[in-house]
Amino acid sequence: MELAYGHPKSLKPIQTKYCPGCGHGVIHRVIAEVIDELGLQGSSIITNPVGCSIWADLYFDFDSVQPAHGRTPAAATGIKRVLPDHLVICYQGDGDLAAIGTAEIIHAANRGEKFTTIFVNNAIYGMTGGQMAPTTLVGQHATTAPYGRDPVEAGMGYPIRVLEMLATLGGTKYLARGSVNNAANIRKTKQYIKKAFEAQMRGEGFTMVEILSPCPTNWSMGAGESVEWLEKNMIPFYALGEVKNTLEEAAK
Amino acid sequence: MAEDIRLMKGNEAIAEAAIRAGCRAYFGYPITPQNELTAYMARHMLDRKRTFIQAESEVSAINMVYGAAAAGARSMTSSSSPGVSLKQEGISYICGADLPAVIVNVARSGPGLGGISPGQADYFQSTRGGGHGDYYHFVLAPKSVQEAADLTYEAFDLSDEWRIPAMILADGLIGQMMEGVVLPAERELSKLPKRPYAVGDQAKQGRPINHVSSINLVPLELEASVRARFERYAKIKETLVRYEETQVEDADLVLVAYGTSARVSLGALQEARKAGLKVGLFRPITLWPFPEKRLAELAGKGKRFLAVEMSMGQMVEDVRLAVNGKAPVEFYGRCGGVIPTEDEVLAAARKILGK
Repeated sequence: MELAYGHPKSLKPIQTKYCPGCGHGVIHRVIAEVIDELGLQGSSIITNPVGCSIWADLYFDFDSVQPAHGRTPAAATGIKRVLPDHLVICYQGDGDLAAIGTAEIIHAANRGEKFTTIFVNNAIYGMTGGQMAPTTLVGQHATTAPYGRDPVEAGMGYPIRVLEMLATLGGTKYLARGSVNNAANIRKTKQYIKKAFEAQMRGEGFTMVEILSPCPTNWSMGAGESVEWLEKNMIPFYALGEVKNTLEEAAK
Repeated sequence: MAEDIRLMKGNEAIAEAAIRAGCRAYFGYPITPQNELTAYMARHMLDRKRTFIQAESEVSAINMVYGAAAAGARSMTSSSSPGVSLKQEGISYICGADLPAVIVNVARSGPGLGGISPGQADYFQSTRGGGHGDYYHFVLAPKSVQEAADLTYEAFDLSDEWRIPAMILADGLIGQMMEGVVLPAERELSKLPKRPYAVGDQAKQGRPINHVSSINLVPLELEASVRARFERYAKIKETLVRYEETQVEDADLVLVAYGTSARVSLGALQEARKAGLKVGLFRPITLWPFPEKRLAELAGKGKRFLAVEMSMGQMVEDVRLAVNGKAPVEFYGRCGGVIPTEDEVLAAARKILGK
């Protein structure tokens, strides 16, 4: 009898160091499931960023490269150009991707680099302890926005919708936003990731899946409360769904 | 058969030598005075279906090198002083992850934006581990277009063998001038050294998974890996020091200079000898590892030293450390992109010799 559901092969059978209620564990699992389904475990490479998910290489059971903060898309570019037949995953958080690495992600996207970026947006800096991120919502509290993000008087700027910004670039082929707040959205997120990985392996161009993910620790909430907060505050601002899909498969 | 001598700019000769050494991925960003190098790579790497990217910044370019090196490719970037400052973060990571890479600095004058004329004020940045953390890497200083090509070619092998990046520290004069050059033979990519620590083809190779990383949050483990790297440095210092001596044996005064200032110093030496002054020239070719033992030996023989640099005095500190008080070490330098003349160097030598 064939096992219909079990622990993905591409994910090591160990407990993660992530906080209770953190979305990284679910996201790791979904990625691993897709890799197993596509049979790519032995030819996948993940670039794990600086941030909480710097630990990703402890959990994924395939090759990894750990670049400098924000430089993840540049390193992934180097890897994918040298190994074009591999699945290259550029895993980034909001600080890594949308603050220090803004130049790298925009230009990798614009060149149409044929790797897939998994952009985990929890609207806060996790590992460094709850500082304001580019995706922090207006009014949201952070250690460096103690009175809430104030775009005008304190000049803290506005939350960046990264996918909508990248959608204008010719090199981007598939941009989708999912969430890990409930089972239905996790399933949809998995579909987005699968589409992106398949497009990457067909060599179509830049693909990216943004995933809204709770950070109970730095949001100072319980795990359940953080899911509610995400649904009430993040999803209305960061609309879920495919932001751009110009894949050949979609055109058919 | 006569040798095939080509007339090339230093920048182009470096680029062609890199291609012949098996460079599979090059990442650059425009900056004067190294632009011919990037343009040459664009044309000739793309011709060979190898990777060429004009990156969005020097920061990105060095991190693309990091990725390509981690994926097993001989990879290179080039820039000039302000751009190399930007690359220092990436160089630190490359050293921390024990990856090979070649970095070319066609140096200009600083600080800040400075000028685009040749300079040697990046000596400290190059030889001290210019980024954060405890590390060193090869620094090779060519004096001619031929040597620029030869050292670049060799840099790839040194870097691969020791898993330490190699920097070519040239300057705007070496990069811009044209000289005859005999180019090294083209390497077959399939015969380049294997990198068992690289990512990719894990299933095909049937090996355990590889992680390329510089992080380790366990202090004792991190200390052990830094110490292991320093053991490699010690072996390199024993075996790979390189320098050139001209009329040093009978010299009363030894000029110490590298790259362009060594060319000028050689002219000054020839003039000095014509005037009956016993002047020699000691030219470090490896700036790291620095030829400190040989300089100490010469100091023990009663030589005096005059370091000549296109800076306010950087290499002179290594000369003084090597000599360790056993001999007087004087300095003559110009900066800001000014190249010292033979007459100036000769005058400085005469002053020291009292003749």
